[in-house]
Amino acid sequence: MNMRRFSLIAVPYGWLVLLFLVPFLIVFKISLSDVALSIPPYTPTLELSEGWGGFRDFLSQLDFENYEFLATDDLYWKSYLSSVQIALISTTICLLIGFPMAYGMANAPKEWQPTLMLLVILPFWTSFLIRVYSLIGILSQEGMLNQFLIWVGIINEPLTILNTNIAVYIGIVYTYVPFMILPIYATLIKLDGSLLEAAEDLGCSRTEAFWRITVPLSKAGIIAGCFLVFIPALGEFVIPSLLGGSETLMIGKVLYEEFFSNRDWPVAGAVAVILLLILIIPIVLYQRNEQKMMEADT
Amino acid sequence: MRRLTWFNATSLTLGFAFLYIPMIVVIVYSFNESRLVTVWGGFSTKWYGELLRNESFLDAAWVTFQVGFFSSIIATILGTMGAYVLVRGGRFYGRTLFSGMMYAPLVMPEVITGLSLLLLFISIGLDRGMFTIILAHGTFAMCYVSVVVSSRLVSFDRSVEEAALDLGCTPFEAFRLVTLPIIAPAVISGWLLALTLSLDDLVIASFVAGPSATTLPIKVFSSIRLGVSPEINALSTILIGIVTIGTIAASLSTKRSVMRRQREERMAEQAG
Amino acid sequence: MPQTAFEPWNDPAAKPLIQFRNVSKRFGDFTAIDDLSIDIFEREFFALLGPSGCGKTTMMRMLAGFETPTSGTIMLDGQDISPIPPNKRSVNMMFQSYALFPHLTVYENIAFGLRRSKMPNEQIDARVKQMLKLVQIEKFGARKPDQISGGQRQRVALARALAKGPKLLLLDEPLSALDKKLRQDTQFELMDIQEKTGTTFVVVTHDQEEAMTVASRVAVMDHGKLKQVDTPDRIYEAPNSTYVADFIGDVNIIEGYATKQGDTVSIAWSEGNSPIIGTPSKPIANGKVSFAIRPEKIAISAERPTDRNNVVHGKVLDIAYLGNLSTYHVALPDGTIIKAQTANSRRRSSRPFTWDDEVWLSWTDTAGIVLES
Repeated sequence: MNMRRFSLIAVPYGWLVLLFLVPFLIVFKISLSDVALSIPPYTPTLELSEGWGGFRDFLSQLDFENYEFLATDDLYWKSYLSSVQIALISTTICLLIGFPMAYGMANAPKEWQPTLMLLVILPFWTSFLIRVYSLIGILSQEGMLNQFLIWVGIINEPLTILNTNIAVYIGIVYTYVPFMILPIYATLIKLDGSLLEAAEDLGCSRTEAFWRITVPLSKAGIIAGCFLVFIPALGEFVIPSLLGGSETLMIGKVLYEEFFSNRDWPVAGAVAVILLLILIIPIVLYQRNEQKMMEADT
Repeated sequence: MRRLTWFNATSLTLGFAFLYIPMIVVIVYSFNESRLVTVWGGFSTKWYGELLRNESFLDAAWVTFQVGFFSSIIATILGTMGAYVLVRGGRFYGRTLFSGMMYAPLVMPEVITGLSLLLLFISIGLDRGMFTIILAHGTFAMCYVSVVVSSRLVSFDRSVEEAALDLGCTPFEAFRLVTLPIIAPAVISGWLLALTLSLDDLVIASFVAGPSATTLPIKVFSSIRLGVSPEINALSTILIGIVTIGTIAASLSTKRSVMRRQREERMAEQAG
Repeated sequence: MPQTAFEPWNDPAAKPLIQFRNVSKRFGDFTAIDDLSIDIFEREFFALLGPSGCGKTTMMRMLAGFETPTSGTIMLDGQDISPIPPNKRSVNMMFQSYALFPHLTVYENIAFGLRRSKMPNEQIDARVKQMLKLVQIEKFGARKPDQISGGQRQRVALARALAKGPKLLLLDEPLSALDKKLRQDTQFELMDIQEKTGTTFVVVTHDQEEAMTVASRVAVMDHGKLKQVDTPDRIYEAPNSTYVADFIGDVNIIEGYATKQGDTVSIAWSEGNSPIIGTPSKPIANGKVSFAIRPEKIAISAERPTDRNNVVHGKVLDIAYLGNLSTYHVALPDGTIIKAQTANSRRRSSRPFTWDDEVWLSWTDTAGIVLES
């Protein structure tokens, strides 16, 4: 192996080991430590000066106490469950909104498609924070939505939407629906129109052809879209803290508060490790789906 | 010819209304005379003036810009290298770990990335500030760059690189003279993506930023927590405006190059 | 001055340009090239012919330097080339996809290799112009590859590979991307250019017609082995195996049992049909044989011919009218189907035979090939 090839591999490799792998190992290690009133606020710390004995000493003080704590304390249980629930429901709503939109785009006149595509991509590039912010004005007590509903006469009293879980759902759907539309659109646009004609020729009705041909063939896009929404939604922090209320329990927010407000680093570390474990399942499934899509393309 | 059925037209209209009404409201109210964000008090641009006089916003914007500039360059260089290694590097020891690390940050919740980097910086005693944000952003954005660049690398004909070797290039020359010019558009869009991610990021930055370096998203976040304000509306309008102009310009230039290409192809057919 | 035929492979004193010595190439469990030896001579136009996956592309890539043999040696001009990287070999390649650099003009594509060899600019310019002229695309030097047609791209690829004046030019399916008409014209041009430049060409193709047209010698490959290496006419008229006979052109293959009768053999092949009389090219032992005969060597007639030993009777099952030729599928009473071809040398308002006609098929004692199986 020559020098150039070695450095080509070693530079990004080393960078990732230092700034991705090692930090994560540190999180894992701290999650096994105990909280302490010191700087840094945990114990034990590894004293390299004490040599092998110090290392053994250090190892013996690590334990799974924080994980036991997580398992016994209701708060964490509920947060994980409610995060999963919020992410699942939001993903479903995203699919219900995103699929018809992607379908509409794929079936729109050809000369419209670039413009429609632009309209989906634009929110994608717009600051996430600002998009969440724009919802606050709409959803607040005196906000546009309430004014509109009162004007139409559906309600008499303004509804409390902001700072509830409803607002969190709306926020997640609003910010992540482009992630659902794009992969579904990508599979639908590749769909050969003559397949539907063949299905109709063979006796399917339009609706039947849609369910038997279009939906199965866009499965890969649907799955990709669902993961692209579910995975970030699960660890979401900004949306629950800006739109959610005190009832909103999401693990991203809990982790942030545990770390910054309670300064309980070991518990925050354990929360992070468990969150990652929960995420590994969908991530592995997602990668498999990607591989299948790649194989189907070649 | 495809035509819009009423069902498709309705779902598109409702969908885009959902996506755009909140942003349009923000833009409209940024020109509101009144400080109250729900009552229209006449047209005014005074909040833009207030915003531009607010030094803490300007400082934060400057920090954000510098972080975005440096981190996106780091991310582009490392991401392009990484993509090249993944697609063209062949086998080497620890390849699986490498590709795992290359993709993991894409799906890693930001709170975990932020937390773990913060703990790293603390444990090696690195003072938190602009430098640490640059490192953090460079790391997570390089993975996005790598995805964009490697999809281009995968799709282009490998024999073009072999032809360069065959005609006497060393592997490095082949990369510089042939591969790089061909993947340049992907590298540029990767860089733009890295820049946008960095300018946008709140969560990671709020973990790794020290008191000395506040980025614009951190500043905006803390003021949003206090409630809706006309200055933030003005700021949002400016940012939305920049993104809109940029996106439209990019799509127009792609459209032009597609049309030019089609014209050239027609020309080639006639010539042949 | 008597013109001697170009046949260095028959000259024991000729020194080969390329020598494969017991070369094998394995990818994991898969053997792409299996203990293969061959000599290719200077100025030859050599074709490697075979179905996809037969190893022909691997052989070419080993010559270019993109693959190294697992065992054995490849010599170029008497020198082992295995340790030499592709960019240091005096071998250039024309890629199947052409692999033109999309960001460079036609001119710069052709100049690319010359610039790498640090040639002075005036010389590069002269050489590129010469190449553009050779392949007749002088007008297109300033264009990008996207701006020219497929046929022109093929010429640029050829000019680029020839520009450095390599000892050996490799062509990977050079004409496969062109449509049929253009391909036929280009075949002759390719031969012309090869003759003008005197470069040794090795072409890889799966198109037997292309190989037969352009090559001085054809190597038929299958599963990493050479089946036969010979001139195109010998490959067609004297294939050494049923595989080669079947791969090149159309053929009837009849299995039978041979008995020697002087110079000829009598092949018993079916009850109720008289034995076939054939002439083997080399003496063979009595036993199982395959008898291969090309459809155009079989005559078809309404009356029983009297001047030939090999005569069978059957019924027309199918007729394929190809314009210049007609192919008849004739079913014999035992069910065997034999293909016979006639040239349509005269314009006729109707065909001489039609479906279900009773016809006689006949051929001479030397028309077919007797192959030991």
